[in-house]
Amino acid sequence: MAVTQSKKASVLADLDAVRSMIRRHKFNDLVFAGIGLIALMIGLLTLLTLFVDLVMDGYPRFNLQFFSDFPSRRAGSAGLLSAWVGSILVMAVTFLSAVPVGVAAGLYLEEYAPKNWFSDLIEINVSNLAGVPSIIYGLLALGLFVYGLDLGQSILTAGLTLGLLILPTVIVSTREAIRGIPVAIREAAYAVGATKWQVVSDHVVKYSQGGILTGVIIGMSRAIGETAPIITIGALTFIAFLPPAPVTDVAPFLNFEWLNSAFTVLPIQMFNWLSRPDHAFHINAAATGAIIILVTLLMNGTAIYLRYKIRKNIKW
Amino acid sequence: MSNVFRKSLGIAALLAIQFAVPSAMAAEKIIKVDGSSTVYPITEAMAEEFQKATKTNVTVGESGTGAGFKKFCRGETDISNASRPILQKEMDACKEAGIQYIELPVAFDALTVVVNHKNDFVKSLSVAELNAIWKSGSSVKNWKQVNPAYPDKALALYGPGTASGTFDYFTEAINGKAKSSRTDYTPSEDDNVLVQGVAGNAGGLAYFGYAYYEENKDKLRAVPISAKAGSPAVMPSPEAVKDGTYQPLARPLFIYVNATAAAFKPEVKAFVNFYLENAPKLVAEVKYVPLPADDYDAVKAHFKALKPGTGFGGKNEIGIKVKDLINRIK
Repeated sequence: MAVTQSKKASVLADLDAVRSMIRRHKFNDLVFAGIGLIALMIGLLTLLTLFVDLVMDGYPRFNLQFFSDFPSRRAGSAGLLSAWVGSILVMAVTFLSAVPVGVAAGLYLEEYAPKNWFSDLIEINVSNLAGVPSIIYGLLALGLFVYGLDLGQSILTAGLTLGLLILPTVIVSTREAIRGIPVAIREAAYAVGATKWQVVSDHVVKYSQGGILTGVIIGMSRAIGETAPIITIGALTFIAFLPPAPVTDVAPFLNFEWLNSAFTVLPIQMFNWLSRPDHAFHINAAATGAIIILVTLLMNGTAIYLRYKIRKNIKW
Repeated sequence: MSNVFRKSLGIAALLAIQFAVPSAMAAEKIIKVDGSSTVYPITEAMAEEFQKATKTNVTVGESGTGAGFKKFCRGETDISNASRPILQKEMDACKEAGIQYIELPVAFDALTVVVNHKNDFVKSLSVAELNAIWKSGSSVKNWKQVNPAYPDKALALYGPGTASGTFDYFTEAINGKAKSSRTDYTPSEDDNVLVQGVAGNAGGLAYFGYAYYEENKDKLRAVPISAKAGSPAVMPSPEAVKDGTYQPLARPLFIYVNATAAAFKPEVKAFVNFYLENAPKLVAEVKYVPLPADDYDAVKAHFKALKPGTGFGGKNEIGIKVKDLINRIK
């Protein structure tokens, strides 16, 4: 009897020890969650404060006219038309140049390239390129595109420059997306007699689409806010006309003259307004800043949504 | 490829069609202007009005006087904005490329020295005092060192970055040599940063173009400048610039027109004539000092004669007065 009693007591004591240990661990969890939350809030609240500040400053200018007016020396009638059209056209060139090249390079490196010191060297360089300051790309483009290839200070030059800038991001995200595909899928495809190209085009590319798209959109949303390389290649600040339309009403319905057109983009327009002495222009600049942040958020949101949607459709 | 890709392609095509509508009229004739960011507001106003009046497209960049001349002497631009006369090495570059230019003064600017609104002890500063503050290697760190009568207050200096034409002119006027300046001040290419700096620091001092002072009169106080110790101190103002009393910080602003373009491109000729015709009104509107009306007539005649070259012999010049300027280009 006495033995059971003491045994029971020791078990109870152990239980207390276990309970206090659990309490301690739960407390630790709570502390870490708190620290994590604070860390998250530092980034999030900074962005939120900035954004709210910009919106409050720029709010008088949020109307359709702001988007349909050309720049002007009068702040009240100055608008973003040439800037947002320029931004979209430049982004189109960036997309069309960076995506095919980046995805092809990523596929080659991951699927075809022999694993040796040379491909290691390329891998290191690609990752390094992602960290090169954007002004360097601007200088490269000034020498190569503007003067070397004589493309001038055009939309084509700007698009190709930003395309180069986001190329490493596209390559790295393509490779990561491909690596996420289970080996079993490839092996199964090979087992039923598929060639390498069939495996790559029917399975690898298909299943990694979500990841690739995410990388592309994140790259694009970086590119849309870039100012330094665009200034270096000589974007203009006052431009009150639009490039020739890419689509015409006469055959062959497509017109590529816009590629050679002079242009300006949103961040440059903002930069110009911010450096004006007249405070009314600073309101325009704030409104433009808020719009750039919104566009970036929208692009990132699209990336998340597309990834979710594509993943849902994949049934292994 | 998946539906998503197809959909986004569809959206892209729709967007492309949207562009087709507003940009239907694409003019082939474009007048290209680049150069000084100080002159930019004037040319921008001209370009805006000219484009409205004639439907000829004008683009204006602001890569700075030096970078502007580089492009101009490669024949990439028709007109170059400049906050100082063309320099010898730029003349050489233009000559080598076979580019001739017509030099046209279009306005004056008053470099303005400002202090904090609360600073009531500085009544004026002489060039010698400014030199003591700004000269290369200067050790002045306190207002007391500028003048023993001033209170014991730390001096906080703000100024434009070394790439700006304003920096070149101020250092030459005050320190006797362009680009020679003390380096331990807060530089910024954005004049609004300088405004904020001085507005937020009771011991602050900065210099920049008159327009930035004009827009921030509630936060800053301009300091009257005396050219020599003992000579009367003059407050910067359009009048003081016009009558030549604000010395030596009043500077002329120019446009340089490609002589070939002026002679053979009717739209460039029309734009420059429009520029000089509307200068008295528009220059004042963007807060610079217009030349007297007679002088614009003289500049117009000079342009009409298509006389190439510079009246400054390839170097910057300090303290040139409005009335002397016209004789230079003749």
